[in-house]
Amino acid sequence: MKIHEYQAKGIISKYGVNVPQGYVCKTVEDVLKGAKSLSGDVRVVKAQIHAGGRGKGGGVKVSKGMEALEKNATDILGMQLVTHQTGPEGQLVKTLLIEEGMDIKTELYFSVLVDRATQSVVLLASTEGGMDIEEVAAKTPEKILKEVINPIYGLRPFQTTRLAYGLGLDQFGKKVFRQAHGFFNGLYEAFLAEGCDMLEINPMIVTGDEKILALDCKMSFDSNALFKHPDTVALRDLDEENAAEVEASNHDLNFIKLDGTVGCMVNGAGLAMATMDILDAYGSNPANFLDVGGTADEERVTNAFRIITQDPSVNCILINIFGGIVRCDVIANGVIEAFKKVSLEIPVVIRLEGTNADLAKKIIEESGLGDKLLMVSGLGPAARKAVEISSKQA
Amino acid sequence: MSVLLDRNTKILVQGLTGSQGTLHAKACQAYCDTKIVAGVTPGKGGLIHEGIPVFNDVAAAVAKTGADCSMIFVPPPFAADAILEAIESEVRLVIAITEGVPVNDMINVAAALKGSKTRLIGPNCPGVITPGQAKVGIMPGHIHKEGTVGVVSRSGTLTYETVAQLVEHGFGQSTCIGIGGDPINGTNFIDCLRLFQDDPATEAIVMIGEIGGTAEEEAAEFIQQYVTKPMVSYITGQTAPPGRRMGHAGAIVSGSGGSAKSKIDALTRAGVRVSATAAEIGSAMAEVYKV
Repeated sequence: MKIHEYQAKGIISKYGVNVPQGYVCKTVEDVLKGAKSLSGDVRVVKAQIHAGGRGKGGGVKVSKGMEALEKNATDILGMQLVTHQTGPEGQLVKTLLIEEGMDIKTELYFSVLVDRATQSVVLLASTEGGMDIEEVAAKTPEKILKEVINPIYGLRPFQTTRLAYGLGLDQFGKKVFRQAHGFFNGLYEAFLAEGCDMLEINPMIVTGDEKILALDCKMSFDSNALFKHPDTVALRDLDEENAAEVEASNHDLNFIKLDGTVGCMVNGAGLAMATMDILDAYGSNPANFLDVGGTADEERVTNAFRIITQDPSVNCILINIFGGIVRCDVIANGVIEAFKKVSLEIPVVIRLEGTNADLAKKIIEESGLGDKLLMVSGLGPAARKAVEISSKQA
Repeated sequence: MSVLLDRNTKILVQGLTGSQGTLHAKACQAYCDTKIVAGVTPGKGGLIHEGIPVFNDVAAAVAKTGADCSMIFVPPPFAADAILEAIESEVRLVIAITEGVPVNDMINVAAALKGSKTRLIGPNCPGVITPGQAKVGIMPGHIHKEGTVGVVSRSGTLTYETVAQLVEHGFGQSTCIGIGGDPINGTNFIDCLRLFQDDPATEAIVMIGEIGGTAEEEAAEFIQQYVTKPMVSYITGQTAPPGRRMGHAGAIVSGSGGSAKSKIDALTRAGVRVSATAAEIGSAMAEVYKV
């Protein structure tokens, strides 16, 4: 789960991490009203959306004087901000963060994340602040500093010292160098205490008045740990998520919208991805990823149908179930019920294997749904059939 | 022979008295009389649940029954604690089925596993089955067949798909291991590949990987150096959009890392026959492994 920059900055400042002074607004009027609360005459207007790449997309503007501030706020608020992460339709900007301008001496990179290879939390840092860190890692891996944290004794002073030297913070004097420890420790502490799976400060800056600050902050949370953090759940912004995906998650369905024509209903994430892949290999595109889960019942199947068919580009549905915990007869009954409730006009190809598959086949044969519900054996043949039907209709 | 699990393995079930624990413990018993010798549910010690003695803690269950394997169905908030308890009691093999364990809990578990006497499989996995001998997990036992192909996978139902295709092409399995879909797990591909390579009863290996992380790339390096048995692989998630978590907590392509292509390329270079789609895993095995 992701949150907005202003929310993340609110959290890390509780852990002693410096952030620029700023305020949050939803109207241009409030932008102007609040402007006097900040010192200096430079104001940075920052669009609050979850996607990265806001600056390049025109969602971050430096404004000198009230006139420029009003213009920039008016331009950004309400725009469909397009970045490399939003998709071509962009994301509506509803909220602005207005911050004081900073006298930046250097821009650095810092993040805390879960490293699979070492099965640990690691700190990453680089002198190449403000850049895409993936690119830095690919082109100049020697510029990435990494500290692996042993969970038994946590982040140690020798590690924060090593990072501070590695980033060249000693060049900015003792006052700056000493702040680095509190900065790194505060962020590591926030990462653990808040149940994050990623916390990124890009850039981390050193200012002319000898301060280390987080100029930007991206925070995402381990969804498996949200049960420990009801306060965090309250920060979720549903407008930043696809409406169908939100609805699906309310029904305990794991759904991701894609842009193809074959709707997919599968049990298990691995098989669901494999089903998407085989549709692609055979010449169609999947309209979605959907895992009905290990305890799928009739209600879930009905909801899954409703969500899949909301997408007007879906012209065929492929159901691929390999029953383990999920019993095929339950799915079969669910599909037949769903046909009645959702009044399905789209042809459905169904493939059932595993626990109670024979019983399920009988149920479907006796359903009288005939050619609306085509039963096919085997993953390959079922996918081919779905591709054939979908291509004919396109 | 087999790896990890055979007909003599004595199993205790942590979380036996819950609905999932009860359902699957019974299904395991029904498969080749898998020896479920104890249950552990704090507060229910002394009970006999479905004919199985229940203990308040793992140490007592191990002392009384000699269990050397634990199957865990404890809910996510308490799952890491259950695993740590089993590690502390020196249970040889711990198979954690639970999905949704916080990643930071697993970081602590991973640290505890180092230097311990325990091998952890999972969490978020279907378990382990040695066909014809024993089943510890939630997979449908009846689709399996005794044989010589070792299967290791990050997925659940895709493993069943694989097994069904193997059987269709006449291949039984020595042991099938679901290592789970989480970013941090107890046993990785390399651990399982080593077990299969060293097991005389395993003659060929299937490895089912998926997007996210670099475990498949690391496995490919290991295969090049160590594995001589014929191998088939399939990588799921080739069409998954970058930056999205595809159901499994660990299935995410982030930036340049974790893509299906990088994994497929690495495995192909290591001499593994990589199946183009999930429908050709069985036929690919028939090509590389002639019985």
